[in-house]
Amino acid sequence: MAKSKSAYSTPSKLGKIDTHIIVVWVDNEASVLSRVVGLFSGRGYNIESLAVAEVDQKNNLSRITIVTTGTPQVIEQIVLQLKKLVPVHKVGNFKREDKKVIFKEMALLKVVANNNKIKKALNACKKYNPVILDQTNTSAVIQITALRREIDKVIKNLKPFGLVSASRTGAVAMTRGAEIFN
Amino acid sequence: MPKLYSGAEIVFKSLEDQKVEHIFGYPGGAVLPIYDELKNHPTIKHILVRHEQGAGHAAEGYARSTGKPGVVLVTSGPGATNVVTALTDAYMDSVPLVCISGQVPTHLIGTDAFQECDTTGITRPCTKHNWLVKDINDLPRIMHEAFEVATTGRPGPVLVDIPKDIQFAKAKYFKPKKEKKLNGKVLNRFNQKEIDQLVDLMKKASKPVFYTGGGVINSGPKASELLRELVALTGFPITSTLQGLGAYPGDDNQFLGMLGMHGTYEANNAMHDCDLLINIGARFDDRITGKIDEFSPKSKKVHIDIDPSSINKIVKVDLAIVGDVSDVIKSTTKTLKKKNLNLGKSNKQKISKWWQQIQKWRTKQSLNFINSDNIIKPQHAVQRLYELTKNQDTYITTEVGQHQMWAAQHYKFNKPNRWMTSGGLGTMGYGLPAAIGVQVAHPKKLVVDIAGEASILMTMQEISTAVQYNLPVKIFILNNQYMGMVRQWQELLHEKNYSESYSEALPDFVKLAEAYGCVGIRAEHPDELDEKIEEMINIDRPVIFDCHVDQAENCYPMIPSGKPHNQMLLGPKDQEVNKISGKGKSLV
Repeated sequence: MAKSKSAYSTPSKLGKIDTHIIVVWVDNEASVLSRVVGLFSGRGYNIESLAVAEVDQKNNLSRITIVTTGTPQVIEQIVLQLKKLVPVHKVGNFKREDKKVIFKEMALLKVVANNNKIKKALNACKKYNPVILDQTNTSAVIQITALRREIDKVIKNLKPFGLVSASRTGAVAMTRGAEIFN
Repeated sequence: MPKLYSGAEIVFKSLEDQKVEHIFGYPGGAVLPIYDELKNHPTIKHILVRHEQGAGHAAEGYARSTGKPGVVLVTSGPGATNVVTALTDAYMDSVPLVCISGQVPTHLIGTDAFQECDTTGITRPCTKHNWLVKDINDLPRIMHEAFEVATTGRPGPVLVDIPKDIQFAKAKYFKPKKEKKLNGKVLNRFNQKEIDQLVDLMKKASKPVFYTGGGVINSGPKASELLRELVALTGFPITSTLQGLGAYPGDDNQFLGMLGMHGTYEANNAMHDCDLLINIGARFDDRITGKIDEFSPKSKKVHIDIDPSSINKIVKVDLAIVGDVSDVIKSTTKTLKKKNLNLGKSNKQKISKWWQQIQKWRTKQSLNFINSDNIIKPQHAVQRLYELTKNQDTYITTEVGQHQMWAAQHYKFNKPNRWMTSGGLGTMGYGLPAAIGVQVAHPKKLVVDIAGEASILMTMQEISTAVQYNLPVKIFILNNQYMGMVRQWQELLHEKNYSESYSEALPDFVKLAEAYGCVGIRAEHPDELDEKIEEMINIDRPVIFDCHVDQAENCYPMIPSGKPHNQMLLGPKDQEVNKISGKGKSLV
């Protein structure tokens, strides 16, 4: 590495990087998403996927689910920095490997092909709760729900069967059992 | 039927209810309804600046010297963008500001209207929070919330963007609710168990050190008193960051001086060798820590801070206590007294060796410089200024660069809120407008901006503000015709390639002062320095003091960044012995 003439210290060793799912409950008001996303970009945190929608109309609350990666120190910072934002009510933080939490993503897959191939396509995503939302003689729109890497795989597998377009959501999360996250 | 007020009236009614006495601003098309309303509110005085950045820094100076939030009023578009530097500065240094900006009428937002900009978008990363008021009925709530957010927890700037039609629209007004809690963000309470742990660590330590910061100042004058009590009670040495100066008396024997990149030899070595480091209201800034991997390697670390996100951000600590500094110190002192742990006495033996070591470091006299009979040394100028002003309650602001560090090293502060400097953002041009804000808040006190000739030219126009309001600020320029800190680094690290760091065609500051309608004084020789400084102090008008100093002087001691605390560069007397190695060069 070239010797730096910077006025700032040289970076020290990086710790182990984990994937975490951060869940943020926010007031559903103008620009709240940009406050959250801006915090990530401004401080150099990573966003792998993002899902956001209002979950409580009466109290005007939205739930933002962010998949991010970072060292334990960075993840701790993300949570603490998020908690400082005025419209943020609470923040949840789960490791992707956490067995107590369910993560799901949804994908809409458009296959343009003959009936035979569509059937094969449907078969290929059998494991992921496929639902046919629209079907013609030459096309089908299939909805599946699965993990990110599973959807990656399905998309790859569906290419030979005429997959022309895929639309995906970010991950959403929910704890297992009767427990509610606080 | 309750009375309806216009948006502009609501702005002023809420300012009155928040006990605001001064606002700093600059009018323009999108805030004219608010300016029109100003005449009806005689308890609020408006200070007209010459540039919106000046308004922001003036409000910062006002806030830091009083502990009250500073209020800024600017127009849309360029008015708002000009204040961004000051907002960022306040954000970095945790200064409470409430900035009110005009905006184009709501129906024109998003149309690229004249003087339109996305003010809330631009200021989002440099404020604690901001609001675009789209409904007049929200205005009273937002105004009160703005003051609450700015002043509670870790203080900081906020911005309220008010479109022109909202300023005209009418609504009911209500007073601020008392003691409203902001969904738990303010109340991060520590518990007695943590205090007990701290006391336990203090009891065991044989090489302890307090490292205090701006959080002590922000916690109010009471915190400084409590800190002094705690330090006296424990007998521990104490060092301070740039922003914390004044919380503890600078001339006290337990005070090791400032730490960090240009801190004293004894302070930095104490940080490196200590076995207990108690951080009170500081944030392990990179100018403080040097190389993180080798930062204070042998110590247990305690961090007391009101902002939970400051904990473990840079340095992993063994004990974190989240809370207001004065509350934490109070509990600690109480616990110490209750357990009758007069550490100063019972531990005297234990830490006496530590003090001996510190005395050894002190003999290095790292702030020393080689004085001259022919040319004014900048350090000497600051020392003389200190000696000649220490008998009165003096407020010091600075710009950014070498002069700022010399001021921090050689001016000894005894009270909090007397030292206003841009530490986090390092904003050249901060000092003059900040001095104006300080003088507005303390009209009878001596306010001096220790400046550099390059910095001062960045906001020079504000001297006109000082003249307009008879604010007798003293601008003490250490003029070396260079951007001194840039020149110093170029000398030490870039083979003396002084690329663009020399200012040719500087103005004649004495004539410039006269042109602005204030007083100009020039000092060129050490013999005349004292007399001229006395003259400056005795003039009850704004003064620009052009002090010609040694052009080649460097600011020492210095930790090249990327180096730990115990590898400092000392001044010229020492350098014959320790020539900077090629490696040291590359690491600053």
